[in-house]
Amino acid sequence: MTRALILLRRRLVGSIFVLLIVVVGTFLLLEAAPGDAVDAYIVSTGGDAGMIELLRHRWGLDQSELTRLANYLWALLHLDLGQSVTFSRPIRDVILERLPTTLLLMVSATALSFGLGSALGIYAGARPGSVRDRFLSIGSLALYAVPGFWLGLVLIVVFAVDLRWLPIGGIETLASDKAGLDRAADIAIHLILPVSALGFIYLALYLRMMRAGMAEVWRQDFVLAARARGLSRRRIVLAHVAGNALLPLVTMLGLQSAQMLGGSVVIESVFSVPGLGRLAQEAVAARDTPLLLGIILTSAVLVIVINLLVDIAYAFLDPRIGAGEAGA
Amino acid sequence: MSGFTISRRQMLASSALLLASTAMPTFGWAQTPKKGGRLVLAADSEPRNLNPAIVASNGVFFISSKIVETLAEASFDGKDGLAPRLALSWEGAADGLSATFKLRDGVKWHDGKPFTSADVAFSALQVWKPLQNLGRTVFKDLAAVDTPDDLTAVFKFAKPTPFQLIRNALPALSSVVPKHIYEVGKIEDNPANNAPIGTGPFKFGEYKAGQYYRLTKNTDYWGKDEPYLDEIIYQVLPDRTSAASALEAEEIQLAAFSAVPLADLDRISKVPGLKVISKGYEGLTYQLVVEINHRRKELADLKVRQAIAHAIDKDFVVKTVFLGYAATATGPVPKNDPQFYTADVPTYAFDVAKANALLDEAGYRRGADGNRFSLKLLPAPYFNETKQFGDYLRQALAAIGIDAQLVNNDSAAHIKAVYTDHAFDLAVGPPVFRGDPAISTTILVQSGIPDGVPFSNQGGYKNDALDALIAKASETLDTAARTDLYKEFQKQVAADLPLINVAEWSFISVARDTVGNIANNPRWAVSNWADTYLAG
Repeated sequence: MTRALILLRRRLVGSIFVLLIVVVGTFLLLEAAPGDAVDAYIVSTGGDAGMIELLRHRWGLDQSELTRLANYLWALLHLDLGQSVTFSRPIRDVILERLPTTLLLMVSATALSFGLGSALGIYAGARPGSVRDRFLSIGSLALYAVPGFWLGLVLIVVFAVDLRWLPIGGIETLASDKAGLDRAADIAIHLILPVSALGFIYLALYLRMMRAGMAEVWRQDFVLAARARGLSRRRIVLAHVAGNALLPLVTMLGLQSAQMLGGSVVIESVFSVPGLGRLAQEAVAARDTPLLLGIILTSAVLVIVINLLVDIAYAFLDPRIGAGEAGA
Repeated sequence: MSGFTISRRQMLASSALLLASTAMPTFGWAQTPKKGGRLVLAADSEPRNLNPAIVASNGVFFISSKIVETLAEASFDGKDGLAPRLALSWEGAADGLSATFKLRDGVKWHDGKPFTSADVAFSALQVWKPLQNLGRTVFKDLAAVDTPDDLTAVFKFAKPTPFQLIRNALPALSSVVPKHIYEVGKIEDNPANNAPIGTGPFKFGEYKAGQYYRLTKNTDYWGKDEPYLDEIIYQVLPDRTSAASALEAEEIQLAAFSAVPLADLDRISKVPGLKVISKGYEGLTYQLVVEINHRRKELADLKVRQAIAHAIDKDFVVKTVFLGYAATATGPVPKNDPQFYTADVPTYAFDVAKANALLDEAGYRRGADGNRFSLKLLPAPYFNETKQFGDYLRQALAAIGIDAQLVNNDSAAHIKAVYTDHAFDLAVGPPVFRGDPAISTTILVQSGIPDGVPFSNQGGYKNDALDALIAKASETLDTAARTDLYKEFQKQVAADLPLINVAEWSFISVARDTVGNIANNPRWAVSNWADTYLAG
């Protein structure tokens, strides 16, 4: 466990700098975008000069950029994410309301793409060059090439509109007053399509990585040794070849988490899932700078935590890495 | 096809009752109203403030008009195009200095407190006049509201104010909020802005951000046997394609405000059990307008503006961009307006040769590359149709040797570029006609408006004669004389082209056959739905 603690300490210092860069960078980017929150707001309402001035004042947009950034950072130091102008509510509440949904979507989709992807990868990599290997490789590549929103729309048309097996979108049945296990089952059913749309796209990555890794390992001497010892093919594939090809996949898992967050923006929109990705999109359109900063900060923390977990997992999977860290 | 649309709209305006009585059976509305049921419909946006007294916009009305009521609602057959709601009658004094409203008796707020004239006085003076996006203009001269008794409210104006304007403003601008809820604390920060309390047929139930709004039946509603529905659920569907799919999958029963894109209407109209309805939005007419920056020396030349007007094939635009769900425009007042519209204005037939000749005359000859000059064209991104018209206009201008460069922005950036920075030569905008030119139409051409005011003349256009006409109309009390001035206004705008009106359109609803009493007033989607029902 001490190994993990050392890692944590090293990461924490670096993470704070990363987060600071993320916050300042996002703030400047959004400031550079033409139009502010008031411009976005009056699109649907109109209003005279007096009203617009009033709104700018109320939302603090009449202050200079530097003042606002300083105020934001100062509040952030006190763990206060500020107030959303879009929702007229504390940003912490808005984000916490959406975070579980996005996490659920991401974790399920990652589990799907990692689990199924590596399983199929093992299946394909067990006999590199075979028909099933080629079929799976090409099939997964085709899936990877499909845009996420399109896959989502096709799934909706087939399974929700034509067959009516699954709900068209949302995270649960609207205003149904379901509770407990009923509600969990309801949410699970609603998640099937979005998780498939998000998960299937990244499946190809894990499949191909596993397959390629295995093809590499097959050529190594210890596999030959294992065969010479007369181990069953199944044992060789699972314990020796797949096991040794697993490490790059775990790396991918960490990298993928960030991409998954990006992909969820589209999927959440297509499936009307009330998650963080859609919130981010709305925040940009509404020029709700503090809200977007809050979301990005949350995502950044999420990605950092996931990568930390990946590093810890590494340390357990491959003792050599852990030793290097501890010695540094 | 487009001719059919126009004539239907015109007919609707002039003889709406007749049309309604003949058209209704064909839509299959012969069902008997039934009590109960949950209506689920698509919502594409989530307004941050649900108080219609502060934010008078269709997005807010769509939800809150069922909860918070106005003094009067628009009507196809009522006197002055109005039907009573919280007010039973209204009358303006001859001197334009006061207007008297008799209020409905026995109305209760959703929290059980009685509705009185004090609520009207409070809403008018504390909310509409100082805070409301439209009320700040229309009620600017409102000085006091007298309440001689609980059921009478007398509006007192500091300057003579045409009663016709006040009357026309009632459906959109007169949402009454409860004084006892709002008199404590800052009105803008009141929690009731997000969970409104009104007198309407439905009470605010709950709001799950990103998911739905739930409204529940007000069992104490003043309307006899109303409302029919037990619940209304607005399901938030942010994706443009999801409303059509949700209708087909029978997850929702109604998609209003063209939530189903025009291109899908043909297909969806063939789905059994679904109907496409273009009625019920006559009071919410959007105008497709080419906004012009008169600071550009070429565009300051009337001949160039005339040439651009001649280069636009309005029929083609209606047919291709709007798939027939629109009408061509002649001027700044839409054809379907029953009070002010006049066809007697200068018109600009589609004539590329004439447009080219006008440009030659103006001295802008084609260069070696065939271009006379270049322009920056900014189509507003709010509607598919404004963007598509931008693409069309670029081609139409190319045909007369004007090289238009399209600049596409998102909403916030577009508003800033056009109305604050004036960084455009031509822009495509969708202003709304709100039943009276003085509410949001004259501002499109009037001079002296500060920078940054959206949907106003930010093109640097200044015409003293037109300004004088607008000023005169704003203080003319006699309805007939005032109407005539606005007819003259249409003529002058069409003659001098401060902007070019291309088409007029409104929205389309798609509903299950079971939804009854749809589209029975000119602002149906934003009315109170007390009589809307679901047949078995």
